[in-house]
Amino acid sequence: MKQNLRHEVGGNIDRSQPIRFRFDGRDYTGFAGDTLASALLANGVRVTGRSFKYHRPRGLMAAGFEEANTIVQLGSGSRTVPNLRATQIELSEGLDAKAVNCWPNARFDIFSLFRLFKPFWPAGFYYKTFMAPNWKIWEPAIRHGAGLGVSPRSADPDVYEKQHASVDVIVVGAGPSGLAAAIAAGESGATVMLLDDKPELGGSCLYELGAIEGDPAIVWKERQLKVLATMANVKILTRTTAFGYYDHNHLLANELLPGNGKDSRQRLWKIRGRQIILATGALERPMVFPNNDRPGVMLAGAALQYLHRFGVLTGKRVIIATNNDSAYEVAVELRRAGVDVALIADTRDVGYSSVATRVRSMGVEVASRTTPTDTIGTNGLCKVELHQVDAEGRALPGTARLLAADTLLVSGGWNPTVHLFSQSGGSLRFDDGQKAFVPDRYVQSGVLVGAAAGIDKRDAAVATAREAGANAGGKNISKPAASSSVNVGQTFWSVDVTTLGRNSAKAWVDLASDSTESDLRLAARENFISVELFKRYTTTGMMTDQGKTSNVNAIGILGSVLAKKPGDVGTTRFRPPFNPITFGSIAGRNVDNFYRPLRRLSAHESHVALGAKMEDYGAWLRPAYYPQAGEAEVATLRREVLAVRERGGLLDYSPLGKILVSGPDAAKFLQRVYVNNVQTLKVGQCRYGLMLGEDGIVKDDGVLTRWSDESFVVGTTSGMADRIVDWLEEWLQCEWLDLDVTVESVSTQWATMMVAGPKSRELLQRLGSDIDLSSEALPHMWAREGSIAGVPLRIARVSFTGELGFEVSVPWSHGRSLWDALVSIGKEFGMIPFGLESLLLMRVEKGFLHVGSDTDGLTQPQDVGFAAVIEKKKEDFIGRRSTMTPDARRLDRRQLVGLEPVDGRTFLPLGAHIVGEDFKAPPVLSQGWVTSSVQSPTLGRPVAMGLVERGLERMGQQVQIYDGGKLIAARITRNAFYDPEGERLRT
Amino acid sequence: MHYSAITLARNALTGHRNWGPMWKDAQPKPAYDVVIVGGGGHGLATAYYLAKNHGVKNIAVLEKAWIGGGNTGRNTTIVRSNYFLPESSAFYEFSVKLYEKLSSELNYNIMFSQRGMITLAHSRHDEETLRRSYNAMSLNGVDCEWLHPEQVFERMPLYNRGGRYPIRAGLNQPRAGSVRHDAVAWGYARAASDLGVDIIQNCEVTGFLGGDGKVTGVKTNRGEISAGKVCLSVAGHTSQIADKAGLKLPISSYALQAFVSEPVKPVFDTVVLSPATGVYLSQTDKGELVIGGALDLYPSYAQRGNFHTVEGVVAGMLEMFPAFSRLRLMRQWAGIVDVVRDSSPILGPCPVENLYLNCGFGTGGFKAIPAGGWTMAHTLATGEVHPLIKPFALDRFTTGALIDEAAAAGIAH
Amino acid sequence: MLLIKCPFCGPRDETEFRCGGQSHITRPGPHDVVADAEWGAYLYTRENPKGWHFERWLHAGGCRQWFNMARHTVTHEIRQIYAIGEPAPTIGEGS
Repeated sequence: MKQNLRHEVGGNIDRSQPIRFRFDGRDYTGFAGDTLASALLANGVRVTGRSFKYHRPRGLMAAGFEEANTIVQLGSGSRTVPNLRATQIELSEGLDAKAVNCWPNARFDIFSLFRLFKPFWPAGFYYKTFMAPNWKIWEPAIRHGAGLGVSPRSADPDVYEKQHASVDVIVVGAGPSGLAAAIAAGESGATVMLLDDKPELGGSCLYELGAIEGDPAIVWKERQLKVLATMANVKILTRTTAFGYYDHNHLLANELLPGNGKDSRQRLWKIRGRQIILATGALERPMVFPNNDRPGVMLAGAALQYLHRFGVLTGKRVIIATNNDSAYEVAVELRRAGVDVALIADTRDVGYSSVATRVRSMGVEVASRTTPTDTIGTNGLCKVELHQVDAEGRALPGTARLLAADTLLVSGGWNPTVHLFSQSGGSLRFDDGQKAFVPDRYVQSGVLVGAAAGIDKRDAAVATAREAGANAGGKNISKPAASSSVNVGQTFWSVDVTTLGRNSAKAWVDLASDSTESDLRLAARENFISVELFKRYTTTGMMTDQGKTSNVNAIGILGSVLAKKPGDVGTTRFRPPFNPITFGSIAGRNVDNFYRPLRRLSAHESHVALGAKMEDYGAWLRPAYYPQAGEAEVATLRREVLAVRERGGLLDYSPLGKILVSGPDAAKFLQRVYVNNVQTLKVGQCRYGLMLGEDGIVKDDGVLTRWSDESFVVGTTSGMADRIVDWLEEWLQCEWLDLDVTVESVSTQWATMMVAGPKSRELLQRLGSDIDLSSEALPHMWAREGSIAGVPLRIARVSFTGELGFEVSVPWSHGRSLWDALVSIGKEFGMIPFGLESLLLMRVEKGFLHVGSDTDGLTQPQDVGFAAVIEKKKEDFIGRRSTMTPDARRLDRRQLVGLEPVDGRTFLPLGAHIVGEDFKAPPVLSQGWVTSSVQSPTLGRPVAMGLVERGLERMGQQVQIYDGGKLIAARITRNAFYDPEGERLRT
Repeated sequence: MHYSAITLARNALTGHRNWGPMWKDAQPKPAYDVVIVGGGGHGLATAYYLAKNHGVKNIAVLEKAWIGGGNTGRNTTIVRSNYFLPESSAFYEFSVKLYEKLSSELNYNIMFSQRGMITLAHSRHDEETLRRSYNAMSLNGVDCEWLHPEQVFERMPLYNRGGRYPIRAGLNQPRAGSVRHDAVAWGYARAASDLGVDIIQNCEVTGFLGGDGKVTGVKTNRGEISAGKVCLSVAGHTSQIADKAGLKLPISSYALQAFVSEPVKPVFDTVVLSPATGVYLSQTDKGELVIGGALDLYPSYAQRGNFHTVEGVVAGMLEMFPAFSRLRLMRQWAGIVDVVRDSSPILGPCPVENLYLNCGFGTGGFKAIPAGGWTMAHTLATGEVHPLIKPFALDRFTTGALIDEAAAAGIAH
Repeated sequence: MLLIKCPFCGPRDETEFRCGGQSHITRPGPHDVVADAEWGAYLYTRENPKGWHFERWLHAGGCRQWFNMARHTVTHEIRQIYAIGEPAPTIGEGS
C-alpha cells in the first residue's frame, strides 16, 4: 500500500530502508526510523483503536507516551505484549500488531454496538444496577468486556537485567533544557547521567525547528551533542524512561534493549543522584467539545512531531483549534509543507497579534473567539462545526460554521510534566497565568527546568537549565520560577453547548477511560466533588496512561462546575510508574534458579550419587531419604528407621545452626538467654535448652555446648540459625552493653555428620581419631575436641533419634571427605545413610520436641514440659516475665502430649484437630491439634503428639480426632513412645 | 432515590440531570450523641448501623479529607474469613455474611465477586499447617475445600509447575473474593446520610474536650463539637489522635503497598495467597492484576512505598506465574496500616471514658468493615461490648491473651 | 530507597539494613517485681509518632553493628545518626 500521507521530504527516517509490517491483519510499509504510529499515519490508517467502554472508533491523538487511543497487542505466542502504545513502538521488519479490545478489528468492531447503550452507561452506572438477582449473574459478561490486550500464556523466553549507578547529577530528558543542564553539569566536573525515552537525543529540537540562542534548533542541538560526546563524565542513555522518583533521590528508569532473543530485553536502572534535574518538558492538553474523539482529531504539537520527526502529514485539509499561541507555529510549519490549513479557531480575541498576523500572511484564516462545537464523519473526521464563544465558553447560537476537514488539530494549553516531581513528594500549585499546575514546594534535592518548570520561552528555559546544571555540584541549586511569555489567555475548560440546546454527553475528557464532560458533571451532581472522589467515580485518569492528557482538563472542568479555581480543587498525587514498566524488568535476574537460591551441603554430590531424594528445607537442599529403585517413600523410611535402630545410620546434619558465644561474660549472657540454667554447665558438657522471645513464646531449641570457661557453641535449628545470631547481637549491642561477649555464626564453618545407632561408637572408633569415645570418657551429653589426620574434629555425644549417637564436626571443606569415609566404613557395620524424614520420624517415636512443628506462635515453655525447669531457676531470662501473665497462667492452655489411636491401627492425620467425646457437628471449639504423627516402623503402630487443651491433666482420657469431616477415637498419653527411660542413649 | 435498572433508564431519558447527591455534606453542629472520627469504611459503617440498628439520631462522621480516602481506597479489596482461631473466625465470617447481603442492604452495588481464595502449600511443613487451618475452618463452621495439586492447577492453569515452589495442596474458601472498595464507603455514606447521619468532610480532629480520663467532645479545625461518645476509626493515624487524649497504644504504623498491572482480558479467576513467597494476587473486573505483598519494614506515615518491596513481590509472582512477565506495572500505591503485635484488631472501650477504639486491623481492615461497623455500633449504642469483639479488647496487651492468628496458623494477614 | 550513613561503613542503600523499631525503651526487671501493665507497655506500647522517630537500625548486610537514627516518618529525612546508649537528640523544627 502506498504511503499517501508521507511528505516528500523531512523526518529522521531512512527512506532507503522500507520496512514491512502488519496492523490489524493488513500489510503496510514504513521506513526505518518510524514508530508504528507514524507508519500507520503515513499509510492513512485512520481508525487505529476502539474506546474502552463504548467501542467508539479512535485514531492517533498524540505522538508520544500520552497516546490514549492506539493501544495494540504486539506479536503473538510467548513473546506477545499487550497494551503497548503505537507511538512508543519502533517499527521493525515483520512487526505484527493488532488493536486491542475489539473484534475482529478496529475498522469493524462488533462491540461497537455498545455505543447504543451509552445513554444508560454514564459514570458509575454499575453502582446503581446489576444488583438483582445478584452480581454473579452479571459479572462474567462485564469481566469479558473489560480488559485491553491479552496476557501471554507461557513463560517469558526473554531475560532482563538490572544496573545500579550513583552519580552527582541525573538529568531526565534530553530536550534543549536537558542538554544544556547536562553539559553545564558535565563542565563543572560532576558525574552526570542523561536519560531520554526516545531513540535519539534532542527532544523538541527535533520538531520545533525555531531558533535556540540564535541558531536553528537542529544546528544548536548538533553542537550540544558534539560537546557531550567529548565528556567522559557524562553517561547518556537513550530509550530509557525514568519512571519513579523515590526517597533520598533514588531514581528508577527502564531501558529498552535491542531484544534479539540472546541479550536482555530490558534493563532496570536504579540510580542515586546527588541532584536530579528534571527536564521532562510539557504535555499538550486536548480541548473538550462534543465528538472530540473522532479519528482525525489530534494534538497540534503531535502533528508537528509527525511532520518533522517522521516526514508524515496528519492530513490534507486541516483546521486548528487553540486557546494559546503554540498552535500557530504548527500552522506555519504545515502550511510550509503544503498542507491546506483552512482555519485557526482561537478562543481568544487575537485581533492583530503578531502570531495571527503571521499566519494570515501565509493565507490562513484566523477566527477569534471561535471553537469547535462538533465533528462529523463516520470512521474519521469529514467536517468540523464551529461556533463563536463568549469568555465563559458558551457557544453563541447563530454563529455556526461547518467546514470540511480531514484533520482537526487541537491545543488546549500545556501542562508541565511534573509527575516525577510529584512522586518525589513535591507539591504543586495552579498558576493562573499559565493555566497549569507548576512546581511549588520541593522536598528532595532536585529541580525542574525548562518547560517542566513552566518556562515556555526556549532561550530562558535553556539559560535556567544551564544555571541549574552548573550549580548542581553544589548543595543547593536555585529553583527556577515558572514564567510564561506565551499569551495563554484560556478562560474556560470546555465549550458549553447547552446554549445550542445540546449536551456534553459526547465531549470526551479522558479518551483512555472513556469518560466525558457530562460524566464529570454527573459526578459533581452526586457529590463526588473532591478530586480523588470524582477521579475514582468517573475512572478519569485510571487507565494505562494514568490521565496524562485528561487530569488537568478534568480538574478545570470540575472547578467550573463548582465555581472554584482549579488550584482549590487540587490535584491527585501522581503515583509511580510514570510509564508502565514490564514486570520481567522489575524482577530482573531474580527468577528461576536465582529466585531464593537453595543452599547446598558440602557433601551434596555424594548424596546425589547415593540416590538421595533432595528437598528444600528452609532454603537448604537436603536428603529427605535415600530410596532404592522403585521404592515408595513410606517403605524407604521404614527401611532407614529400622536400620538405624538395629545397627545405625548416617545423616548430614550440617545445616544445624552453630553460634560461637565467647568472652568473659559469655556464661552470664547465656544465663539470660536460655530458659535453662547455664551456669552449672561444665566445660565439655552439653545441655538441651529452650530460648524464648521476650513475649514468652518458644523461639528455638538446641544443644548448648561449653568448650571452655568463656566459650560456648549455641546449637539452633537450621531454619532459625541466621535469626538467632541477629537476635543475640541485638541483645548485646542494644540492651546489655556492659557485657563483654562476642557472637559469631560458625554454622557453615563446621560440617556436621550425625552418626546414630547401636554400632555408631564402633564405626567412629574404626574411623580413627584422637578422641576417646568410651562411655566413661564421653558420656551422653558431653563433647570432646580432637583431630583426625591433622584436621580439627569435634565429637558431641547427643541424640535426636533415641539411639546412641554422635555428632561429628569437621571444617566445612572436609565435610564431603568425612561423609564419604563414614558411608564407606559404615557399610561394614550395616549402617546406611538416612534422610531428614527418617530422622523426624524417629524423633516422634521418641517423643522429642520439634520447635515449629510441636510449637506455634502461642506456645510457651510451660506448655511443652519446661515448668519445672523454670521453677528451679532464680534469675530473670528473656521472656520470663511473659510466662507469668494471667494468660500464661491459665489452666486451660494447650499442652504437648502424646496421642495414640484407640484401635491401635488408625493413623492420626497431621493437622487434625482434637474435639470432645460429645462432638456432633461444627461449629465447635477446637481443643487442640495433632502436631506430629507417624506410622512407627519400630513400634508397628501409629503414634502422634499434639497440643491439647489441659492435656497434662487429661492423661489417659479418650478424645476424638477430627480431619476433613472424619472422626478417629484416640487416647491422650505421655509423649514418650519408644524407650521412655532413655536406656539406649546411655549404652 | 432508589437505584435500579429502571431508575437508571428513566434518568437516561433526562440526560442524567436529575440524580441527587449520593450523600449530603453536612455542616458540623455543636453537639452530637456520637461522633465518629474517620470517614472510611469502618467509620461510615458504624454510623450507618448506629442509625439503622439502634435508632441513634444524632451522629456525626468527621473526615479530615474525603470519605473512603484512607485504607478503604488503598487496599487489595480482598474479603475472606479463612481464619484459624475461633475468635477471628467468628468475627470475620460475620463480616463476610454481611458483605454477601450488602449490595441489597444498601441498594448500592459493591460488586462482591466471590471467586474464591486459595491459600497454597508448597512444602511438607506448609501442607501440615494448611491442613491444620483447613480443619480449624471446618470446625469454626466456615465452608472450605481442600484442593489437591491438580485441582489447584485447574483453577490457575498458568501456575509454574516445575518451579521453586511446587504445589502440595491448596485451601479454598469459595465464598471469599474481592469487592469494589470505593463502593463500600460510598454505599455506606449514602445509606447513612439517608438516615440522617451528618457526614462532614474536610473536618480534622485536632484534640479532645474533657479531661481527667474522660472525653466530652472533640476539637476540630471547624470548631469544637461536644459528644456523648467518640469513636476513633482512623486506622494508621490512631496513635496520633489517641495521643491527644493521653492514650498510648500498642500500635506501629507502616506503609503497605499494593500495585496493579495494566488491564488484560480475563486470565486469572480466583484470589491466591502463597505464604511462602508472600504474594497475593487477583484480577479485577476491569482486568488489572492486583498484587500485594510485604510491608515496608520501618514505621511510616508516607503514603508511598519503596520500589525494592515491589521488586521482591514481583519476583515472587513471576516465580509462580512466569507468563505474567511481559505484562506491565501500571500503578503503585501505599496505605498506612496500624499494626499491632498479634495482627488482630483493638475494638471497644478504652481507659479514657467515652472514647472507643476501632483500630489495629493492620493489613486486614477492609474485609472487616461491615462487622467492625456493626459491632462498634452495638457497643456504642448499648454500652455493652458486642460478644463478637470481647476477645479484641485493648487489655489483652496486659493480660497476654493475644489473638495471634498468623502465629497459630502460619497464614499471613 | 533510603540512603543510610552507617557510622562504620558510610552511606549504603536501605536494603543492607534492618530497622529494629523504636529505640530508648527501658527493659523493666527483674521479672519478679514487674507489674503486668508495666511489662505489657514495655512489650507493646510504642510512640509511633508522625514526625521524628528515634529508632535503631542494624547494618545487617555490612558491619552488623546497631546504631540509633532520628528519621522523619513522613518525609523519611534522616537528621541524625548516633550511638546506641546515647540519649535521643533534640530535633529542631523543619520537615
